[in-house]
Amino acid sequence: MILKIIVNIITWSIGILLFFPIFWMFITSFKTEMEAIKFPPSFIFNFTLSNYFEIQERSNYFKYAVNSITISLGSTFLAILLSIPVSWSLAFIKNKYKDFILLWILSTKMMPAVGVLVPMYIIFRDIKLMDTLTGMIIILTLTNLPILVWLLYNYFVEIPYEIVESSQIDGATIYSEITHIILPLSLPGISSAFLLSVILCWNEAFWTLMLTSTNSAPLSVFIASFSSPEGLFWAKLSAASVMAILPIMILGWFSQKQLVAGLTFGAIK
Amino acid sequence: MKNLILMLTFITFSFTVFAEKLTIVSVNNGDMVRMQKLSSDFTNKNPGIELDFQFMEENVLRQKVTLDITNKGGAYDIMTIGMYEAPMWGEKGWLVPMNDLPSKFDIDDILPAVRNGLSHDGVLYASPFYGESSFTMYRVDLFAEKGLIMPDKPTWGEIYKFAKALHNPPEVNGICLRGKPGWGENAAFIGTVANAFGARWVDDKWNPQLTGPAWTHAVSFYVDLVQNYGPKGAPNNGFNENLKLFNQGKCAMWIDATVAASFVTNKEESTVYNKVNFALAPSAVTEKGGWLWSWAIAIPAGTQKEAAAKKFIMWATSKDYIKLVAEKHGWSNVPPGTRTSTYTNAMYLNNAPFARLTLGAMKAADPSMNGTLKPKPYIGVQFMTIPEFQAIGTEAGRQFSAALAGRKSVNDALKSANKSAYKLLKKGGYIK
Amino acid sequence: MLYWASLSLMRHTRSFYGKLILTPTIVLLLLWIIIPLSLTVYFSFQSYNMLDGSPTGYAGWMNYDFFIFDEAFYDAILNTFLIVLSLLLITVIFGFLFATLLNSDIFLPNFVKLLYISPFLIIPSVSALLWKNLMMDPINGFITFILNMLNFEGIDFLNEYPLGSIIAMLAWTWVPFSTLLILTSLKSVDKTILESAKIDGANPFQISLLVILPNILRSINVVILIETIFFLAVFAEISIATNGGPGTETTNLPFLIFQKGLQNFDVGESSAGGLIAVILANFVAIFLIKIMSKNI
Repeated sequence: MILKIIVNIITWSIGILLFFPIFWMFITSFKTEMEAIKFPPSFIFNFTLSNYFEIQERSNYFKYAVNSITISLGSTFLAILLSIPVSWSLAFIKNKYKDFILLWILSTKMMPAVGVLVPMYIIFRDIKLMDTLTGMIIILTLTNLPILVWLLYNYFVEIPYEIVESSQIDGATIYSEITHIILPLSLPGISSAFLLSVILCWNEAFWTLMLTSTNSAPLSVFIASFSSPEGLFWAKLSAASVMAILPIMILGWFSQKQLVAGLTFGAIK
Repeated sequence: MKNLILMLTFITFSFTVFAEKLTIVSVNNGDMVRMQKLSSDFTNKNPGIELDFQFMEENVLRQKVTLDITNKGGAYDIMTIGMYEAPMWGEKGWLVPMNDLPSKFDIDDILPAVRNGLSHDGVLYASPFYGESSFTMYRVDLFAEKGLIMPDKPTWGEIYKFAKALHNPPEVNGICLRGKPGWGENAAFIGTVANAFGARWVDDKWNPQLTGPAWTHAVSFYVDLVQNYGPKGAPNNGFNENLKLFNQGKCAMWIDATVAASFVTNKEESTVYNKVNFALAPSAVTEKGGWLWSWAIAIPAGTQKEAAAKKFIMWATSKDYIKLVAEKHGWSNVPPGTRTSTYTNAMYLNNAPFARLTLGAMKAADPSMNGTLKPKPYIGVQFMTIPEFQAIGTEAGRQFSAALAGRKSVNDALKSANKSAYKLLKKGGYIK
Repeated sequence: MLYWASLSLMRHTRSFYGKLILTPTIVLLLLWIIIPLSLTVYFSFQSYNMLDGSPTGYAGWMNYDFFIFDEAFYDAILNTFLIVLSLLLITVIFGFLFATLLNSDIFLPNFVKLLYISPFLIIPSVSALLWKNLMMDPINGFITFILNMLNFEGIDFLNEYPLGSIIAMLAWTWVPFSTLLILTSLKSVDKTILESAKIDGANPFQISLLVILPNILRSINVVILIETIFFLAVFAEISIATNGGPGTETTNLPFLIFQKGLQNFDVGESSAGGLIAVILANFVAIFLIKIMSKNI
């Protein structure tokens, strides 16, 4: 019993420490600029919503948020759809090139984005994908694909082969094998992969900044509007950041519940 | 009656159908954000033109805008660019020239130094939105306490003595100066110090001079001054960080861009707003040098919306706009450093205590090749208007910052900076 | 007889179609690599400053020469490895510890998990600004505030311990990632094995080390692999917090390339740098996989 309390205390303390900088940023978003730079930092102050109003005035938050959601969900769904068959194949089908393929897929992520910036810019401009949601979804799908393939491969490989074999004997097609056996058993893994992919897309701030202008710009561009201008900007940037992580915090909250649900259904043994 | 309705419908319909959308990308400085707030004045006077503003910080803006204009992306109809890009891009034909402007715009009203800095071959390529030089800001109360008097035209030697006398950490630092690496951050500032000590970035054969006596003297002086009488963390402090420190009352003096004046005297943002006075930027061996910069609005060449874009630029950089800002936000917030008429306006001079000195500083800055003690082959006061300068300046800035942080000696830092400048200039074909 | 034949046929069909499934995605990735990459290779042999508008002439090996013999190149490689290795160590160790904690009986588990994951949800540029200004600033930062309360002077983190500060920032962001992944695989550790270990009288420590650890090794391998890819590519935090400085103390390979490409606008040199980075990263990956292949 005492052990449980100690564990709880330690766990919660670490969690609070990890969260604290964000909490501090959240508090700062309700201060005036001058208040925000005060030292020693103030814990009691005049609460104001002016930063949030200023943000609404300057940029259409809603448009950026919708773009972020569309791009993140769109490319995550696409990437998961493409990577499930690949991970399944590499996990369950004998293939002498398996190691090579896995390594090669991973290697597609090794070029620093800046190195291909100008080529990508030129290509996007010429095939008219510049500043389009489709273009962004395609790029983010391709950049996240290797991660998802590896992650899902890792989870699939944990599934005991006997279960897969028995489904074969029952005459299952590849499609039903994947959908009726593999997926339910690896639901927690797939949920984690889903969540991770959404987060990676949400936080992507290179391609989303360089290849969009007005139509498909997501929240990373919104943030760039408030960071490091000339002058005091801490309170406004804090408010903008709070608004930028709000949707994904909500998603994170809900997907945690999904994760737990997946676990109770996905008991292997 | 029916005809009237038909006609009105047709007119409204044609406005919506022919409504032009102008995409404007701008640096996210306060004056520009204010422009967006006031933009309904423009759209009311020009129905049929819609404005879509995109703001971003300077570094990101520069990357995006450069990428777009050099690859003819066409994403933006209007962009804010600086005195660095305007002449270079104008020369390359990437910008729409600002000629054939209505006489009401009064192009001759624009300060000559600013106008020249944004032109190539006498043609203006970007209309100035605001301009700045640099000067000295200091705390009258702290000076009075110690019985010190700041002359109108201080020298660096005097500044050093003041800093020593006023340095009282942690409450007050003698002087706050830029240290953050970057061609537009510390390198720009230290460039002006070097100018004051009689230096230039390169000689007339484009050989970099960073290891020469003038630069060595300047950088050693700077490092000595800031290490001893500057705030902790100086090697990472840029404009914003110093502004923060000054506004919290932690700097006795701050030498930086004139645009800082409106921030430090702002009651809402500064704890010392009524304790600041101004003097010219310090000289040393020469009074030449100084600092000249302007953020201006330009139109990429090849745009389909030239007429509408020009209308917007006329509006944003006109005398009327300045009056509009004064009306809605007060005279001290008017965009500074662009027009002579602003500085002959009694209301402005009365409400902006920094106005006279700003004008003085801007008039003294000369970007031409005679602007430094010894003539130079490049245009630009604190920078060189060549594509390679961003690299040269940032690399030098990095070295200066390392010297300031005590990680290497001044001589080693200058040697490294000079070597990389040489490589870059050689690669760019300036040094044969 | 027929039964075995049909089974064998099914197996072969399955094998055939199973491998076929790989092709669309592989072709997609192939296109994604080859098309931009060929342009990058082309640019790397050209003199091309973006501000000139287009390549201005054949440059031979000059870009590679300039990049490799740049004063900063050696430091960049060193720093890249330091960053990757220390972060791998920190995230795996703390990830495992935190995941173990989160796996026990915790009050309000969903909420706590959200707290642990929160650093990973912040956009890197905001995170860098947050740490640089709000936390680590030697005059105004919150850490300085705490230090002052404990009667210590403020520390200029970004100038006195630049690489360490960057690593700390990145660790804050990425420990949640490894925690999440390790936690997921902790949850699927066979309950019966755990039960029998407890019955045998093992204490939590022993259970942790001897029973659980071997089972999640594969997970840790994946964490290491994925994180390595990301850590080899870190540049946003560096560019914002220290701009590679002081000097070149926090310059890593991707930052050097970023510098050449988007600060100097030298497309030729950044392309050459990018290709060099790809080659180096591939060596690292091959090396890693060889080490871990016994566990896969």
